[in-house]
Amino acid sequence: MSTHAAAHHDAHHEEHHDTGRNTTLGFWIYLMTDCILFASFFATYAVLFMNTAGGVSGKDIFDLNLIAGGTAALLLSSITFGFAMISAYKNNKGGTLFWLFVTFLFGLAFIGIELYEFNHLIHAGNGPSSSAFLTAFFSLVGLHGLHVTAGLLWITVLFIDIAKRGLKDRTVTRLGCLSLFWHFLDVIWICVFSFVYLMGAM
Amino acid sequence: MNLLGKLSWDAIPHDPIVLVTLAIVAIGGAALFVFMTLAKKWGWLWREWLTSVDHKRLGIMYIILALVMLVRGFADAIMMRTQLAVATNGSEGYLPPDHYDQIFTAHGVIMIIFMAMPFMIGLMNIIVPLQIGARDVAFPFLNNLSFWLAVSGALLVNISLGLGEFAMTGWVAYPPLSGLEFSPGTGVDYYIWALQISGIGTTLTGVNFLVTVLKMRAPGMKLMDMPIFTWTCTWANVLIVASFPILTAALAMLTLDRYLDFHFFTNDLGGNSMMYINLFWAWGHPEVYILVLPAFGMFSEIVSTFSGKRLFGHKSMIYASGAISILGFIVWLHHFFTMGASANVNAFFGIMTMIIAIPTGVKLFNWLFTMYKGRIRMTVPMYWVMGFMITFSIGGMTGVLLAIPGADYVLHNSLFLIAHFHNTIIGGAVFGYLAGFAFWFPKAMGFHLDPKLGKVSFWCWFIGFFLAFMPLYVLGFLGMTRRLNHTDNADWNIWLYIAAVGAFVIAIGIGAFVLQLFLGFKNKDKNLDKTGDPWNGHTLEWSLASPPQFYNFAKIPHVEDLDAFTDMKEKGTAYTRHASYEPIHMPSNTNAGPIMGLLATAMGFALIWHIWWLAGASFIGLIVAFICRAYASNTDYYVQPDEVARIENEHLDNVAKG
Repeated sequence: MSTHAAAHHDAHHEEHHDTGRNTTLGFWIYLMTDCILFASFFATYAVLFMNTAGGVSGKDIFDLNLIAGGTAALLLSSITFGFAMISAYKNNKGGTLFWLFVTFLFGLAFIGIELYEFNHLIHAGNGPSSSAFLTAFFSLVGLHGLHVTAGLLWITVLFIDIAKRGLKDRTVTRLGCLSLFWHFLDVIWICVFSFVYLMGAM
Repeated sequence: MNLLGKLSWDAIPHDPIVLVTLAIVAIGGAALFVFMTLAKKWGWLWREWLTSVDHKRLGIMYIILALVMLVRGFADAIMMRTQLAVATNGSEGYLPPDHYDQIFTAHGVIMIIFMAMPFMIGLMNIIVPLQIGARDVAFPFLNNLSFWLAVSGALLVNISLGLGEFAMTGWVAYPPLSGLEFSPGTGVDYYIWALQISGIGTTLTGVNFLVTVLKMRAPGMKLMDMPIFTWTCTWANVLIVASFPILTAALAMLTLDRYLDFHFFTNDLGGNSMMYINLFWAWGHPEVYILVLPAFGMFSEIVSTFSGKRLFGHKSMIYASGAISILGFIVWLHHFFTMGASANVNAFFGIMTMIIAIPTGVKLFNWLFTMYKGRIRMTVPMYWVMGFMITFSIGGMTGVLLAIPGADYVLHNSLFLIAHFHNTIIGGAVFGYLAGFAFWFPKAMGFHLDPKLGKVSFWCWFIGFFLAFMPLYVLGFLGMTRRLNHTDNADWNIWLYIAAVGAFVIAIGIGAFVLQLFLGFKNKDKNLDKTGDPWNGHTLEWSLASPPQFYNFAKIPHVEDLDAFTDMKEKGTAYTRHASYEPIHMPSNTNAGPIMGLLATAMGFALIWHIWWLAGASFIGLIVAFICRAYASNTDYYVQPDEVARIENEHLDNVAKG
């Protein structure tokens, strides 16, 4: 087979018209698998959140003001990602890069607040090893945080890609996938915020 | 910090059985290495196979992996059966408990995850794109990566043989036994990372094949027109994407418990081990349907082909498979009726379990009605179908029996259960894969295997199966529990002896199978399948050469009937010689898959042995390799029309010669 590999160059990507739609559908299905992953952690949290082993419960440790700040940052980042997508569809390279950058900053702020919260809890002696409740809490929130971190890495890669090569079809498809990912993480966060923080602190 | 983590010379086991095994593996490996080097085949192997993105070649490699692991898993089975046959009347036998416990764990893990799964995914890889008239899967590179992640997991299981130990927990690895407190060694870590890495590969396969059937069907083929094997694989893929993430989650939690002192499943600080068991079976029960549904599809294709008839009730087969898939998600609790859920909860799961027998019964009647008034040709695949229908019916009935919570309280964890699930998995899934193997072998490889040896193999498997497992039903009723290392009960002895004989009869069946392959390759020039349609097949894969052209279809066919190829043969449109061809767009081979598989193995190994620097480095390597692959140029090429015309004319000339 490799002997036939003579006639190829990068331009063929654009001619292979079906790939973009396949990629988007495939990414959708991947997101659904991710959704089930989160569902498993939510279910585990539901089973374990009362098992505080005589230690702290959500009421004692959740700082809703802090979390509201992180939530605001993440929700705003979804809007700014939307602006980035609109710019990309208009083939506006500068606008796309600007809004991606803003999205990145908001995402970074969210992760920063989460790390601050985790650090604070661990130093107060409420780390994940202290009780099943804290185990489930750190894992669920941390899993979301890991996803956001992966999203930040992905934004960086696409930022460099767009800055260097502009908005090719392939790049826009990938930006579309990242957009799905980013909004998906927002939806998950709304569930985390309501289910873990609000219900825990109320 | 120790650069090698927990790894030291002590990690090599001192058990003579293990040492002899290692020596044999080393000699075999060295012989293979010398042979490949002398034949100068390494470059060819790398360029044409290991880096291949061709779904047919990946399928063949999956099946090779499955067969190798079948031998490994079966060696475990023979060791267990001989141990139990000699360790009676209070004698201790030749396998000490700590070794024996690793063997039954490895046997289960290998047979389910590294034999049955790759076998099923291999056949699906080879056939599904051909049946829907596609040139490849939706994401060819991802397909290659999935394969290498499966290999990576299999490698870790095999490495555990020579370095450290494997889990001694049984294949389900229930905590708190699998927690750090009671399993402080590396065994459970091998288990976790082997399953985690290969499981992620399986999830990717599920996504890949769902997009393939949704987006890449030939024009004219509506969803309900897809051949039944493709449909059952599609249901299996729906189950994969819906259930494998639960396994990922459960294993991740167990990992956190073991590595970072979390308390998901521990006895202290509020952990709940039943949560693991629930999550495990929320994956584990759909998993058995992932294994068996494609096998049902294979039986359907075979029965229809060798009865010379259209499959009876194609639509009802699809709906029955769908019903099984959905029900498969609401029965998981029947694996632990004894957990202590309320009677109502147990009753719900018991009834749901029994209901599964209805769509399965629909299928059995469909197969029988397909054969009714057909011109049946008793080929090797048909032998497997007949054997399956008898064996699986018995397994299904004992399943309904176990579904009664009251009966389950008596039979839970007894050999009755072991007999039941081997009855369904061997009689259903494995017989199916061996049927599919015999059915599609000429298509995939281009030559026939000796049918006589195939029938010998079948009879040994069939008779051996009944000898090996029917006694276990009796032993279950006599009160023998599973995972016993030695026994002291005179009533049990005779049944244990018969079961051991059965295992050796199956061994002869496997021997005949291997001999059949060996002679097949040796005499392949005499048994070539020149027409590509040796069985008078019904579906599109038979319209191609054997082995199929690497681009599959020179012109994408237009499908006008359920049995698309039968329809073309009747209308005289099969084997049309075209005046000209379009260039064909194909993906290029890539070394990113094997490299990432290797990095995943290194990462898993490092995490098992707490070699943190290597774990970090290989994890970063994985990300970098993935990004590099995402921006690689040269990922595709065009096959020129004259090349296509040459290959097509050669095939059509062969067909004309008959």
